[in-house]
Parts: sequence; C-alpha cells; structure tokens
Amino acid sequence: MTSRLWRSGEPFIWLTGGALATALIMVGGLVAIIVVNAAGFFWPAEVVRLTLKDGSVLTGPVAERERVPGTTDAWRVKIKVANRDLYGADFVWADEAAITRRERPGDVAVVERTEWGILIGTIMALKEGAVTVAAGPAAWPEIERRLPAAAALRAEIRKVEKSDIGAINHEQEKLRLRLRALEARGATSGADGEAARARLATLDEAYKVQETRLADLRGKQLATLVVAADGGKDKELPLAQVLDVSFPNAMGWLAKAGRYVAGVWSFVSDAPRESNTEGGVFPAIFGTVMMVMLMSIMVTPLGVLAAFYLREYARQGTFVSVVRIAVNNLAGVPSIVFGVFGVGFFIYGLGGAIDQLFYAEALPTPTYGTGGILWASLTLALLTIPVVIVATEEGLAAIPGGTREASLALGATKLETTLKVVLPAVMPSILTGLILAMARAAGEVAPLMITGVVKLAPALPVDGFWPFVHLDRKFMHLGFHIYDVGFQSPNVDAARPMVFTTTLLLLAIVVVLNLFAIATRNRLRRKYATSAV
Amino acid sequence: MPVTLNPHATAASIMETPMVEIEKLSLWYGAKQALKDVAMSVPKHRITAYIGPSGCGKSTLLRCLNRMNDLIDGVRIEGAIRIGGTDISDPALDVTELRKRVGMVFQKSNPFPKSIFENAAYGPRILGVRNRTDLDGIVERSLRAAALWEEVADRLHESALGLSGGQQQRLCIARAIAVEPDVLLMDEPCSALDPIATARIEELMLELKNSYTIVIVTHNMQQAARVSDYTGFMLLGELVEFGVTRQLFTNPRDKRTEDYITGRFG
Repeated sequence: MTSRLWRSGEPFIWLTGGALATALIMVGGLVAIIVVNAAGFFWPAEVVRLTLKDGSVLTGPVAERERVPGTTDAWRVKIKVANRDLYGADFVWADEAAITRRERPGDVAVVERTEWGILIGTIMALKEGAVTVAAGPAAWPEIERRLPAAAALRAEIRKVEKSDIGAINHEQEKLRLRLRALEARGATSGADGEAARARLATLDEAYKVQETRLADLRGKQLATLVVAADGGKDKELPLAQVLDVSFPNAMGWLAKAGRYVAGVWSFVSDAPRESNTEGGVFPAIFGTVMMVMLMSIMVTPLGVLAAFYLREYARQGTFVSVVRIAVNNLAGVPSIVFGVFGVGFFIYGLGGAIDQLFYAEALPTPTYGTGGILWASLTLALLTIPVVIVATEEGLAAIPGGTREASLALGATKLETTLKVVLPAVMPSILTGLILAMARAAGEVAPLMITGVVKLAPALPVDGFWPFVHLDRKFMHLGFHIYDVGFQSPNVDAARPMVFTTTLLLLAIVVVLNLFAIATRNRLRRKYATSAV
Repeated sequence: MPVTLNPHATAASIMETPMVEIEKLSLWYGAKQALKDVAMSVPKHRITAYIGPSGCGKSTLLRCLNRMNDLIDGVRIEGAIRIGGTDISDPALDVTELRKRVGMVFQKSNPFPKSIFENAAYGPRILGVRNRTDLDGIVERSLRAAALWEEVADRLHESALGLSGGQQQRLCIARAIAVEPDVLLMDEPCSALDPIATARIEELMLELKNSYTIVIVTHNMQQAARVSDYTGFMLLGELVEFGVTRQLFTNPRDKRTEDYITGRFG
C-alpha cells in the first residue's frame, strides 16, 4: 500500500508543492509586512487628546497599543505627542487605566515644519513682530492666506542660496584652482592670472550683492504663529518654517485621500530634512537609479564580451573550465570584499592617478581619489559581472551549432557570424543576465558604504554646471538610506515608518527596472522567436 | 571536351563537363583516416549522390568541397580538389569566397532566428547587396526557386522558426541559392522530414539541377535512385564504386556495392 502510494508519485508532488508554498509564504509575508507598515504612513492619523489621572494632557495620534509588560489585562498606548523642541521626546506611553478622558478635538492642528519634526497644538494667533495680526478663530484663515506667499519666499531664498550664490561659488572655486595651477607652473604674473584675479574681484562684488538680497528677503519673513501645546507650553513658530498645516480630526475621507496622495508625492520628489528623518527621498531615488544605470552600461559590454570569448573563441579545455568555475565563484565573494577592492584599486589607485594627472591643482583635496558614483558603479559592475557572463554563456551554449555553420557555409566570416547571427540570438539571454545584475546591484549596500554613498549629498550627480554629469560626486542611495534612517538616526522611533516606506520604494524601483528589462526581452524574443532560454 | 571522369566510368558519363574534380584525396581526423585516396569527378548540372553506411566518410567528403572541415581541430588533408578549375585545397585560398560559390544545406534545418526575409537575404547582404529593391528581387527569386514563395509571401517578416520542418528546409535551400552558387551541397537534407516534405524537396532538386550542380549525401538508397544522375558508393573511407545511378543500382561492378544495395550488408 505504502509502496503503491509512493509509486503513484503523489507524495512527491505534495512535497514539491509544499516547498513552493513555503517559499511563497515567506516572500509574501515579507512584502506584506513592508506594504502594511509603509502604506499607512501618509494617511493623516486621527489625533486624540487624553487626560490622565494626574491631570496631565497628551495630544497626538496613537502610534501603538500593547499589553503592559508583566500584566495580563492592562493595556497601554503610545502617543506620538511630537513637539520635540518642547517636550524632548516624540512619544509618550500612557497606561489606559490612568486615562480619565479621551476626546478628539476638531481644532487640533498638525503643523509640518522645517525643524524639530511636527508640531501638534491649537493655533492661537498670527503675529508680525510684536503686533498680533489675528487671534483666535480668525488666525487660521489669515495663516492659510499667507502660506503660499511664505512658501514662495522660502523657495526664492533657496534659489538665491543654491543657484545664484552656488554659481558664484562654483566659478570662484574654478578660478582659485586655475590660479593654483598657474602658480604650480611658476606663472605667477601673466595675463592669464591677471584676468582670473580681476574676475574673482567681480565675483566678490556679485557675491556681496546677493548677500544683501538674501538679507532683504529674510527680513520679509516677519510673521510668526502662536501655537498652544499641552502643558501650557506655547510655541511661537516663524511662518517661514511652516511647510504645511492640517486638521486631521476635521478632515473628511476625501480630504484625507488628497493629503495621502500629496504626502506620497512629496516623499518621492522632495529632499530629506532633519538628518533624513523627515522630508522625501528624491536624491536617494535619483542616486540609486543613476548608479544602477551606470553599472548596467559598464557591466553589459564587459560581461558579454568576456562570455563571447569564453564560449565562441577560446579553445574549450581545462583552462577555460577553470576560468569558468572561477567566474562563477566570484559571485560568492562577500560584497564588502568587492567594496574593499573598489576602495583600494579604483579610488586610491585609479582615482589617485587621475587626480595626479588632471586635478593636481585641487590636491590635497581629492577629486576622483575619493568615493563617488563612478567608483561605486564600477565596484558593483565588478560584483555583478559573473551574473552577466554566466547568463550570456548559457545563452550562447543554447544556440544550435548548426546556426553558426549555416552562416559560415554562406561565406560569412566568423566575425560576421558572431555579430549578425549569434549576437541577435543571444540578446534575450544577455537581458536576462542584466535583469539579475540590476536586481542585485540595486539592493547592495555594503560595498557602497565605502565607495561613495553618503548620508546626505549636498548636490545631485547631475546638475546645471558644466559638464552637467559629475561622476566624481558622492551620492545617496535608498538601500543605505534605509540603514541610515533605521539605525543611525537620532530619532529612530519617529523615523521607523520612513524605513518601511523607503524599503517599499526600493522594491518598487527594482520591480520597475526589471519590468522594463523584461518587456524589452520579450519584445526581442517575439522578434526572433528563439526557443533558447 | 571529353574527359575520363573515373577509372570506373561508363561510356555514358564520358561526355559530361566536370564541375568538381577530386584527386587522390585522403583525410585524417588526428590519427584516424576517414578518407582513403578518393578520386572522382562531379559533372556539371547533374545530381550526384553519395551513399554508404554511417561513418563511411560520405559527409566528410561533402564537407571537403566547401572546406567546412577546416572548423574541426586536427584535420589533415592530402590530395587535390578543383572546383571549376580552381584548386580549393590551397591554404592561401579565401574560404569565404569558396563558400560563396559552394552552397550547403544541412541535415537538420538551421534557419537563423530571424525573419523569413532576413534568412533569404543573409547571403546577399554578406556579399554586400544593400539596395532594398535588389534584395526584394533576390529574396523573391530564391524563394520561388525553392518552391516556398506561395506559402510565405504574405508573412515574409515573420520569424522563420514558425515554419514547418519541410518549409524550414526549403528556406535553407532558398538561402543557399540566393547567392547563386555554382555547386549546392546537401547533407542528408531529408532525413528529418516526413515523406511528403521529402517528395517536395526531391522535386525541387530535379528543378534546381538545371541551374546548379548538386551533390547530395543520403542514407536513403531509394532517394539516390530517384533523384540522382550519378551515384558513388562509399565504404570505410573508400569510394568503392562511382557511376551512372541506374547502372550502379542495377548492375554494380563491385561485390560490396551489390551487397549493400541488396541489403545483405550491415
């Protein structure tokens, strides 16, 4: 009977199915945890006001509810009271037994600001200097009216700081380096040097003009708003620091949905604030995508050419087998080892040499002799090259020998055969390799930490200053951002939802990049309709 | 120009013009001798078939004619082969030029993973034909010559791998004749096809012999008897007998040939 059951193959089918189900549950569970934790982050949470037995009042959204440790039926809640500048901590635990009153006041405002996280309280007044412009219920309409102008002013100040003064600084730095280069050549006095010095003087003038302008603009930021927080603590907040005000308890379902969408948008399009715990992650998205693209551009030709030599030209034998095994085993080397190699070879070796040759005037400040997006991409290209080689080689092996023979028999040379018949036929396999390489590279963090990723990059690797693409710049990366926000942030609790949202975003980017590559591969497959791979 | 084609030649073959002349051809794969002193002539615009048991060297002989054996490591060749008067065993000879003059169709159909049009246009493109109108003309002419045009005219730009086995093999023939070679080599072209597809290819060969010199290797003695004008019987690397097909099948001179064609062999 047992033997009959075994011979029917049924148990084996259950075994294989069970293995697949286990894998699916684990992957699905992981994704579900991320999605559940991330998705709610932007939904405006209801604000409660709790009055405790000792008379103290806590206002804020409920972040967590759990059993009091050591008891069986006592519960406590974690309230995000925010107002870090006033209370010192974002979260407060309250035993439910100690709560005497629980209400949800409609007039509680959640103020998103540029510093200290969010502010929760009741808006009391709008002041300009010492003069009260509006107080009580009249304050909010007036604030609402003034917010767009305040935002525009903030944007203008930012533009002056970043673009106008940035451009002056950029040119000053270039002139300074040119003067240093002239000095190094011993040409201290000359038309070139004079011109540079004259230009520097003009720039200094221009800088002073911008400084005055900046001071003028800042002088306009007079308005402050007074917010009453719990415990009789009032906060006078400059309107210039207010990014957004909302009344979550007074909001309808539609309004909340609108804020949700706006929140998601600002998360993916804004720069981070307050050491990455607030604001968006746009620079990290940009850095991740750009690094993966650069890596793809470098790894594909290299890996494909290497695979072609191994499979099409090299005489198959012990040596080639050894090379093949070595290449496959490269994939098992810990990624941090690649990072160390990147630091030693690319950054200190290549980058150092480039600095000596082309950027000598900037030394001892390194230009390419320090971590940057170019070196990080190259390091990851090295890390992922085995994947591309293996996938391409398998594709090449799957092309029937007769296909090559047919081309040769028609008088094509080996090169023509390789380029016109073999390469198009192996294209889907190359893309498969590239997909795997991109997925690996996008999620890699360890080697990046020592080859050019930083917590906060002052500028994107692409900007308006010639030559527009700055491969020597350090960059931000979603994977590192997750680590930084989750474990290196000054306020881990407040930043925790950001960890999930950033993770979800990284997953989404990998999926999008993969879908793009898969679509390309499928189009090629349809075009050639090869049965291979 | 009367030429003696072969020591075994019959009177009927004496008046033919030779296209391929093979003299004392021996071939070794490493230490193993695969062809022993083969000498024969392939007449122009005729179908010449090589028959023999597996491993007798008939495919090897065929592959000598377009030097496909060059691709295999450790092959050594002695003797001479002349095609249209040119000695093709000359190491200085450009094999790609030779292969443009000597087309080949393989046992297993091997269309490129490209469109039908691109398959037929591959050879001309290699020869440097760029003009679209010229290519269109060549593709249509060669597909018609391979009796495939009617079936594929409306889907020229679809993948060739979507065709049936017989169609694929005719496409390979079209691809080979698109460059108008002098000689067409066919290495068991029907062994993977069903009888109907085989019949179509055989018909096609009979049409093509008006323009091309065809050399075919076949396992199938009936096929050799049906289509070929001349047949050579090979055994263990030797060309045992070569002559007019009907004569070879009805009145073999050699005992071994007789044994083979009557099925008393192997």
